[in-house]
Amino acid sequence: MTREEVIEKINQFLIEEFEVEEDQLVPEGNLKETVGLDSLDYVDLVVVIESNFGFKVKGEDFVTIKTLQDFYDYIVAKVAEKEAK
Amino acid sequence: MMNRVVITGLGIYSCLGDNLDQVRDSLFQGKSGIVLEQVRKEMGFRSGLTGRVNKPVLKGMLDRRMRVGLAEQGEYAYLSTREALAKARIDEDYLENHEVGVLFGNDSSSQAVVHAADTIREKKDTTLIGSGSVFQSMNSTVTMNLATIFKLKGVNFTISGACASGSHSIGMAYFLIKHGYQNAVVCGGAQEINPFSMGSFDALGTFSILEDQPHKASRPFDKNRDGLIPSGGAATVILESYENAVKRGAPILAEVIGYGFSSNGGHISQPNVDGPVRSIQMSIKDAGIPVSDIDYVNAHATSTPVGDMYEARALYQVFGGSRPLITSTKGMTGHECWMAGASEVVYSMLMMQNDFVAPNINFETPDEDSAKLNITSKTVEKNIDAFLSNSFGFGGTNSSLIIKKFK
Repeated sequence: MTREEVIEKINQFLIEEFEVEEDQLVPEGNLKETVGLDSLDYVDLVVVIESNFGFKVKGEDFVTIKTLQDFYDYIVAKVAEKEAK
Repeated sequence: MMNRVVITGLGIYSCLGDNLDQVRDSLFQGKSGIVLEQVRKEMGFRSGLTGRVNKPVLKGMLDRRMRVGLAEQGEYAYLSTREALAKARIDEDYLENHEVGVLFGNDSSSQAVVHAADTIREKKDTTLIGSGSVFQSMNSTVTMNLATIFKLKGVNFTISGACASGSHSIGMAYFLIKHGYQNAVVCGGAQEINPFSMGSFDALGTFSILEDQPHKASRPFDKNRDGLIPSGGAATVILESYENAVKRGAPILAEVIGYGFSSNGGHISQPNVDGPVRSIQMSIKDAGIPVSDIDYVNAHATSTPVGDMYEARALYQVFGGSRPLITSTKGMTGHECWMAGASEVVYSMLMMQNDFVAPNINFETPDEDSAKLNITSKTVEKNIDAFLSNSFGFGGTNSSLIIKKFK
């Protein structure tokens, strides 16, 4: 899966499942303030990531993720890690 | 100084309609909301009969965070409460600046519990259950969600009193307002209807198996009744002190004048005569009116052979002399369980506001006990000044409410 494909998939579930407006999807935007996700949404992100990418992430991992760009990078790396196995 | 307690808003979402107007028409026409659901037979139900409620579409009405915590019955309760608040002319601004409470009857929330258990068994990882499940699973799911959605600031808890839950919630709100602890309370009852919530009830063999004619299956007080039919939805009643209602310029629809309750002190599922009689008498004493002032009784009667028999005897003991019109609307709705005590107040209010008594459909052949009562199987156009609504439940819990036209 290419980086662009991963990002497209993420944007798609943020819009469809989390009802984030397209103009809120700014890579440098903060996940909480700009994208508008709260602590409970992070719980649901774990579920959505599992169903979309087939791997489990830990809630603790989100501590270092501040921006949407951080989130894209984190998932892209995890997808690459999974594909390398 | 005791406060007078008035009703200023009503809302309903049931198998008889999605709002007050639809439900009023169904009641007048004696329409049944019962269907046969094939999926229940595939799941091994003894009876596939159920009330049928439209699936709400809340996307666009509520944002995602508000929706994910709502269980099925919470969705119904959101819609009935929205309607009731609008009728009572209570808006966001009023709720923001006043202490309005919420007390709802609810006694289960099965589907979310089952789904969470399925995820744990299959995935062996609780993080995959998601964030909404816990708020959907708890018994207080309805009140916790309504309080959050409508930003309520007064009393906030759920009343679980089996099939009298909805009635007790109105009774408790009435007490709180009467004694000055609250000025306004959103109360009511909500009932899930999914098969997971009804399997264990079906296991008791108490549901009707007259599956060939779903509309004829619920037959309260009829000699040939063979069991109840599960149903659900939600009903909301806005109670306020008279003073508060006048201050707001709110529409005053009626006055709650009596609440009675009792426990049978007997079997877990078999009722008796004494418990209901004491509950009814307590409500009449509280109301301070003669028995003969009650024009209409909305009976609990669920269409079970034993339950209806005991209620008929209790009603005869109290009302044998005055013979008010009696019907059980469960002939049309089936048994709306936790919601029934509240929905039947809404149904009776619609009758009182529109001068008719809705029929006890399928009451064709009286039995020895029901023959002594003034039960009508046809719609009767009639002025109602005061009605009594009965609700009884497992464990022998009983609740009776008396509501009167406001004068």
